[in-house]
Amino acid sequence: MSRPSIPGATLVATLIKDLRLEWRSKDAINSMLFFALLVVVVFSFSFDPEAEQSRQIAGGLVWVAFLFAAVVALNQTWARELRNQVLDAYRVSPAPPNALFLAKALGNFIFVSVLELLMTPLFIIFYRLRALGPAWLLVPVALLGTWALVVNGTFFAAISLRTRSREIMLPLLLFPISIPALLGMVNATTAILTGEEPARFWIVLLATYDVVFTIASLVLFETVLQAE
Amino acid sequence: MKRAFPILAVLTAALLSYALYEALVVAPTDAMQGDVYRIIYYHVPSAWTMFVFFIVNFVASVVYLVRRSAKADAVAVAAAEVGVVFCSVVLVTGPLWARPVWGIWWTWDVRLTSTLVLWLIYVSYLMLRRFAGGGQMPVLAAALAVFGALDMPLVYFSIWFFRTQHPQPVVGGGGSIDPRMLHVWLLNWLAFLCFGGLVFWSRYRLEVLQQEVDEAEALQSLLEPRGAR
Repeated sequence: MSRPSIPGATLVATLIKDLRLEWRSKDAINSMLFFALLVVVVFSFSFDPEAEQSRQIAGGLVWVAFLFAAVVALNQTWARELRNQVLDAYRVSPAPPNALFLAKALGNFIFVSVLELLMTPLFIIFYRLRALGPAWLLVPVALLGTWALVVNGTFFAAISLRTRSREIMLPLLLFPISIPALLGMVNATTAILTGEEPARFWIVLLATYDVVFTIASLVLFETVLQAE
Repeated sequence: MKRAFPILAVLTAALLSYALYEALVVAPTDAMQGDVYRIIYYHVPSAWTMFVFFIVNFVASVVYLVRRSAKADAVAVAAAEVGVVFCSVVLVTGPLWARPVWGIWWTWDVRLTSTLVLWLIYVSYLMLRRFAGGGQMPVLAAALAVFGALDMPLVYFSIWFFRTQHPQPVVGGGGSIDPRMLHVWLLNWLAFLCFGGLVFWSRYRLEVLQQEVDEAEALQSLLEPRGAR
């Protein structure tokens, strides 16, 4: 019997399947978008910031909104595979588990990135933002920060899937562990927006966090997937 | 083993009382802070004991992931619970001490903040243990413990950098410590470690018993399915 289950093919097939499902239903992206929009509006009512103040707090607002919204997509990652016992089929199939994990993480990365692309103009308009530091640096910060959220989020979603009240369990597991990443994203963004401090330390921290937890997830994912 | 427990309990109680006497009566009064500094004999030994138990939890979790021994899982849960209790003691005695000395209950300084994050991570670990049922739970919990341990250096460095950018009203210890104080300090640590070890041991025994009961019940239900009764 030939083995079509080379990691690359599994990864691409799963990723395309997830993207197609999302394209047809738009469940995750719609709920994330609306949720993030609500957070923006509620925050601006609660703080009513001036342009100078909003530059100081925008980094925090943006990432808290994205973090909360990302949980919506992350919760659906594996729950979707429970229907018709798809997850059990994955377990018994010869497909490499890490390819499956990376496909799911990449899928979430794409969903959250699309959310960020759509929401950022809104943030800029609502909070009258203009970066005083090098604005292009926001791109690596966004990429590294998003990966930091989704790599751990995808892993913890696989854990919380096995618990009672799984939807609430995911943020309970994800937020404490994500505190250094959140500090990195928020402080890098604030440093760039205010232009007062260099963002280098925070970008290095985010990159380290990404490397450490990508490796940890890949090492432990098979164990978690096969846990009986 | 079982008979040793009451003897050890009595010894620990004696040690704790002696350490209390040393801390409150024998140890010299601090030149700067007066008697209020004596809470150091509870605060710092609790913090060190907490670290010991969290390290035990991490090692036991790794052993569990490699060997899948139920005993390692029992060690992990007992160590995490005792560690969280000592961590709570640290978080409560810290502000009690900070208020008269620093003038504030809390500051987002690196040690305080990273201890709080450590507490949050281990509480989420205990919550996962409670919410995940069945035989898969130890695996999931052990994976989370490994993630938490990997996270701690990152937490510490990020908060350290975050806070050293903004100077704090806090002046950490520095200077030398009276050898008599150090003696009482170490004595208290020993007493706390014995007490923690004792609680840990009984919690471990309880967990092993629970595992045996669960196993017996699972076997029972296999032998007599519910419909056959």
